[in-house]
Amino acid sequence: MNMLSLRNIGIGLGLLFLATLPLWMQHPYYINTSSQILYWAIIALGLNVLVGYAGLTSLGHAGLFAITGYTVALLVDAGFGHLTAAIAAIALTLAATAVFAVLALRATGIGFLMITLALGQIVWGIAYRWVDLTNGDNGVNLKVRPMPFGIDLSSPSAFYWATFIAFVVALVAMQLFVRSPFGATVRGTRDQPRRMNALGFNVWLIQFLAFLFSGFWCAIGGLLYIYYNQFVAPPVAGLQSSAEVLLMVISGGTGTLLGPIAGAAIVIIIKNVVSAWIERWNLVLGLIFVIIISFMPDGLVPGIRRLWRTMRGTDAAEAAAARASAKLASGQTDAKEKGGVQ
Amino acid sequence: MTVKRRTILKGLGATAGATALGMPAIAQGAPFKIGLMTVKTGPLAQGGIQMEQGLLTFLKEKNNTLTGRKIELVVADTGGNPAGAKTKAQELIERDKVNVILGPLAAFELLAITDYVRQNKTPLIAVAAAEDVTQRSANPFIIRPTATSGQCSHVMGEYATKELKKTRAATISEDFAFGYEQMSAFQRVFEDNGGKVVKKLWPPLVTPDYTPFIAQIPKNADCVFNGFAGSNPVKFMRSYADLGLKDRIPLLAGWTAMDDALLRSLGDEAIGVLSAAFYSAASEFESNKRLVAGLAKDYNVLSGGYAAGMYIGGQCVEAALAIAGDKSNDGTAFAEALHKVSLKDSPRGAFSVDSKGNAIGSVFIRRCERQGKDLVNKVIKTYDNVSQFWTYKEEDFLKNPVYSRDYPPAKNLE
Repeated sequence: MNMLSLRNIGIGLGLLFLATLPLWMQHPYYINTSSQILYWAIIALGLNVLVGYAGLTSLGHAGLFAITGYTVALLVDAGFGHLTAAIAAIALTLAATAVFAVLALRATGIGFLMITLALGQIVWGIAYRWVDLTNGDNGVNLKVRPMPFGIDLSSPSAFYWATFIAFVVALVAMQLFVRSPFGATVRGTRDQPRRMNALGFNVWLIQFLAFLFSGFWCAIGGLLYIYYNQFVAPPVAGLQSSAEVLLMVISGGTGTLLGPIAGAAIVIIIKNVVSAWIERWNLVLGLIFVIIISFMPDGLVPGIRRLWRTMRGTDAAEAAAARASAKLASGQTDAKEKGGVQ
Repeated sequence: MTVKRRTILKGLGATAGATALGMPAIAQGAPFKIGLMTVKTGPLAQGGIQMEQGLLTFLKEKNNTLTGRKIELVVADTGGNPAGAKTKAQELIERDKVNVILGPLAAFELLAITDYVRQNKTPLIAVAAAEDVTQRSANPFIIRPTATSGQCSHVMGEYATKELKKTRAATISEDFAFGYEQMSAFQRVFEDNGGKVVKKLWPPLVTPDYTPFIAQIPKNADCVFNGFAGSNPVKFMRSYADLGLKDRIPLLAGWTAMDDALLRSLGDEAIGVLSAAFYSAASEFESNKRLVAGLAKDYNVLSGGYAAGMYIGGQCVEAALAIAGDKSNDGTAFAEALHKVSLKDSPRGAFSVDSKGNAIGSVFIRRCERQGKDLVNKVIKTYDNVSQFWTYKEEDFLKNPVYSRDYPPAKNLE
């Protein structure tokens, strides 16, 4: 209970920090960097639904947010309003997600990864080669940012707050999702798909819905991406882009609420800020990942949590509990096997 | 500002000095700030590093002072992708408050930031070749003192038909905009002069083996024009020679495909290749001699088009500072001054800037030869005052769509 409230205080302070950031961070560059961290965090949270909670590692998500970006840029370019463009983009992304899901959910594990990778590359291929539609690798410009309710988003602070609101909504949605019965069934399909099936759950449908939920947040992140960059080109849909988001999720900690956010912060800060001082910033990023994976194999956030517990001395009790439950589980299987023999 | 940087540096425990380019100088009076956007990581890094070396050579020669003003250089690595370019442009404009940006390298990087630099009234001196930046969507804040994609290819089309008397050409280039623009420009002039482009081949950007593409070149073609970029020309020319085509069908090249910076990676397979480029390391202009000597001394590399492009970019800054004078800190005034730049001596020779911001200058036809142990691109013919519109009328040129894979249509394919 104590831990929980501490965590909540931490989250509250974090949100307060983020909500007031433009007020004390005078520098537009750092405000912009924070906006980037937040919209990447939304995309990473979306991917985490699949990777962390459903146990399905996707390498094609860049294709999804690229579809959002391209749809918005092309529709606005064709003379449609921002609202129409945004709604159409989300709808199209969800449709694409459904196609991705139907095709990819025929497999799990490596198979799933390879199918999503291929699907993502198809989106990249379309962006790159269908020059009449997408302008090829010259990309598409979005002339102006939208003005929701007449608020001008062209200044760094205004855009930051808009991104922050979307981020908070995403965070709340994730928390509700994790706590909901649906969230529990998704985790169930990850841990024991056959047992879930035997219990009468439609595993395929649950995974399909989780995929859609994940795709929806990629679309929201994609919207912010295109509004922020006002430009979209094929590399956005590429494998490197997908891999970067996956790294955010894995380094921060899969299946945690705060992990993908921490991961997004690490990647963006190193890529954008540290790279100004260190030429070999890729090396630094790589080193950090190696360190995280070596010392905190389950990611930064769970790793730090464990470290915290160790320091507070609650680790022993936790470990004992874990051992006990493991014993119980193995005991059960032993019994079952014996039963089978008899 | 200064304190922040140092603190972060300390915090990172970085090996500071060497990597901390752009540390604000503690100078009397405000320095003029140049932001260089380049690519130092990934597949485009070779050209990107040359860009930095070219600019550093220029600034060193000038002792970091142009027309009496101290210059401060901030270097940003975009990583060679549009989002990185946008981020780094923001870093340079919003955080470092640079007065002018030099770069970026790739066309899509430049296209990703053109609107942004216009909004922020920050002048930019480009090397990326994307045609429309100085054509259909010309931007008053951008000049390009190098060349559009098609500028040198037009000349090669002319040279191949008028001087070499070629009539049946095949083209081969990477499957991306820079390739399309180069090949289409060549095709247009070649066919307007009575030749026929009989085959157009587009290998992907990353092609492990060019053999299947080279095998498709028709036996009765009498020249092959290639527009490869990066390190691809090295691979391509080797396969071309290995397959025995080098002696049968002469190879023509765009400026990146035979860039002087590549010469040390090439061997006999490159001898005799003709190329059209806005620059030659072998040319005798005074400033070029200084550039070539500087790069050889400090970095032990041959100077290529990217290094020259940034050296020229530095010269443009100097010239514009002289023109704009006290108003140099005003982006609009400085951009206007950049459009008035006209240099007598630059590594590419004399050139001026047209109303759309692109250079009008010489284009050289060069033949690759061996001199002693080294390969050189020897200038064999110079076309002076070449504009981005070649000999076409500007209005007529701009009425057509931008050069692409399908425009102008290839009617003579076999």
